[in-house]
Amino acid sequence: MIHLLRRLSLLVLLTSLGACSSPQVKPQAADYPEPVFTAEQILPPDHADLTAVYDPWETMNKHIYNFNYEFDNAVYLPIVRGYETVIPSFARTGFSNFFRNIADVTSIFNSFLQLAPKKFIQNTGRVLVNTTVGIFGLVDVASKMKIPRPVEDFGQTLGHWGVGQGPYLVLPFLGPSNLRDGAGLLPDLYVAGVASDAVFSSDVTLGALVLYPINTRANNPFRYYQNGTAFEYEMVRWLYSTKRKLDVNE
Amino acid sequence: MQLVTGHPIHATIVSLIGDQTGNHVTIKKSTQARFFGLYAVLFASLTCASAVTVEDYGYPITDRFAATVVGTPVEFQAQLPKSIPLKGKSITIFPGRVTPDVFFYGSELLYSVALQDSNAPLIFIIAGTGGSHDGTTNMNMAKAFYQAGFHVVSTSSPTYNNFVIAASKTGVVGHAEKDAEDIYRVFEMIWAELKQDIQVTSFNVIGPSLGAFNAAYVSKLDEERKAFNFEHVLLINPPVSLYNSISLLDRMTQDIPGGVDNFDRFVNNLMHAYATMAKAPVGSGGDNFLYQVYEKLQLKDEQLAALIGTSFRLSSSTLAFTADVMADYGYIKPKGLVLDRYSNLQIYDDVAVRLGFTDYYFEFFYPFYKADYPNKTQNEVIAEISLRSIEDYLRNTQKITVMHNVDDIILEPGEINFFSEVFGERATIYPYGGHIGNINYRDNVAHMLATFSQGETQ
Repeated sequence: MIHLLRRLSLLVLLTSLGACSSPQVKPQAADYPEPVFTAEQILPPDHADLTAVYDPWETMNKHIYNFNYEFDNAVYLPIVRGYETVIPSFARTGFSNFFRNIADVTSIFNSFLQLAPKKFIQNTGRVLVNTTVGIFGLVDVASKMKIPRPVEDFGQTLGHWGVGQGPYLVLPFLGPSNLRDGAGLLPDLYVAGVASDAVFSSDVTLGALVLYPINTRANNPFRYYQNGTAFEYEMVRWLYSTKRKLDVNE
Repeated sequence: MQLVTGHPIHATIVSLIGDQTGNHVTIKKSTQARFFGLYAVLFASLTCASAVTVEDYGYPITDRFAATVVGTPVEFQAQLPKSIPLKGKSITIFPGRVTPDVFFYGSELLYSVALQDSNAPLIFIIAGTGGSHDGTTNMNMAKAFYQAGFHVVSTSSPTYNNFVIAASKTGVVGHAEKDAEDIYRVFEMIWAELKQDIQVTSFNVIGPSLGAFNAAYVSKLDEERKAFNFEHVLLINPPVSLYNSISLLDRMTQDIPGGVDNFDRFVNNLMHAYATMAKAPVGSGGDNFLYQVYEKLQLKDEQLAALIGTSFRLSSSTLAFTADVMADYGYIKPKGLVLDRYSNLQIYDDVAVRLGFTDYYFEFFYPFYKADYPNKTQNEVIAEISLRSIEDYLRNTQKITVMHNVDDIILEPGEINFFSEVFGERATIYPYGGHIGNINYRDNVAHMLATFSQGETQ
């Protein structure tokens, strides 16, 4: 844990220093003999690179990406493995449903802000059914009743009203995001917190805060650097950005 | 199991298929001729025993491109256990190797094992092009063999990024003999770690696609090294000439609307279509998702080919870049330039996806190995990366069997005949399946297992 804290503080230090320190002198491709195939030869002149994503903070992002990988290996995945060993499957499904129900509350909020009545009604229906019949969201009755689940977060709401993604941003612990979606987390968290406080005691909310990241990681099959690509950072960046475009346009 | 002399495959298939699918499936051998001893050797190239050709085959997808993309619909798949006690492991192959920082995550070779509690035969699985030890194809085979009582060791393809980084001696993979040596080294080192814990009755190898090609060369190497004395080796849909197959796959990117320069746009559109489909209610989803997409979108062969070409290109671009960094050759990365884990790689990615596997062979592979072949031309060196180069061995060894499909998309017209000519009755040829599309089909899985159970029952 101390090791981790040290890493984390180092990371914060690095990122805050990044803004004011002079850039390191790094070897440039131009200092070396040309390879067999260069970008000039291969890429068409009007090359509009669709897999490129606006990433002015790439160096910082890659440091955070790397930190997330180390954190994943040292802390996150071992905890998830323990969680999956100790907690029986039906309970894990219950917790997972619980958090989905809270996310549905933020979807109600965002459907409202997007002036999307159909999604608003669907999400409201889901939360009403799942919070009551589904015992505080532990059972996903709404899905069994085939009520659609349009997930809407504040990043999508901003996108809906024309706000672009902004620079790509890798968030510590949370992974790929962008300025818009990263900022959008705050109102969503606030809404989720208010909703949780309105229904549950503070003990439950506290427990949920501990369980939430574990549940989130357990439900995400992504494993760093086991995807067979030499360009994982670039791939994840592009996939994330494309997915978010789709999320906004749907 | 009662085996008919001279027709072991025929007999086992019939017995297994009879159990599984009822009487409507029959298998005929196109020729019943049998020759023995000297007579057989003399006439081997003319007639000999011909391959087992499967007719009235129940695999449902008759379009070769669709089969390759879609695979086997769930209701036609073999019954496999949902999970097996599979363990992910890692091993250091070259203790002295300093891994380039840009690949810091890949210094140890990852593999997976599923071990039986008691004495059992062991099977090594070699993945296909760009394939991982824990990819779907390997995992399905692992489940089938674990269920059938084998110790299973699943390894990645030598063309898989982690293998190139951790286990390729030169880094420049795609070399028939050198890849086999790399794989053999990996097998030996993994076995050295396992042998304290398990009892093994025999060693066996199976590989799909490029993994099958590798398996043939690994088997030949084993005849000299004799570390394992493999009992059975099964090749599933191998290429004959590696160069021919990768040329075919490279050319499929020409089916991309607007050509390779529109690669990015095509992948982008593909992903949009995929994501849209994923949200649309197309039935149960899950394992049958691809099949449902195929049925709903009614994709044409050109589109499917573009898809296959794209998938292949994504593997080959990573392979070329990884090999370039490992050998510091100067193929797309300037020679001498050291990349670290924070370096911007977008430009290399952009260039790499626009180059074919054939470019890799002509502009990197051949110049890199040229000195080893002073008397051979470029075309000769590349053409010899072929099963024809070890034809004599393949013809005479009894331990290697083949499963292949007449309509495999990675074979040039007529190349399929190589298998019936060389392997005779040890080749089983299916009328459909494309490129390993039928590998999970129940009859194919049954046949796969039957191939390996022969030794146990004889």
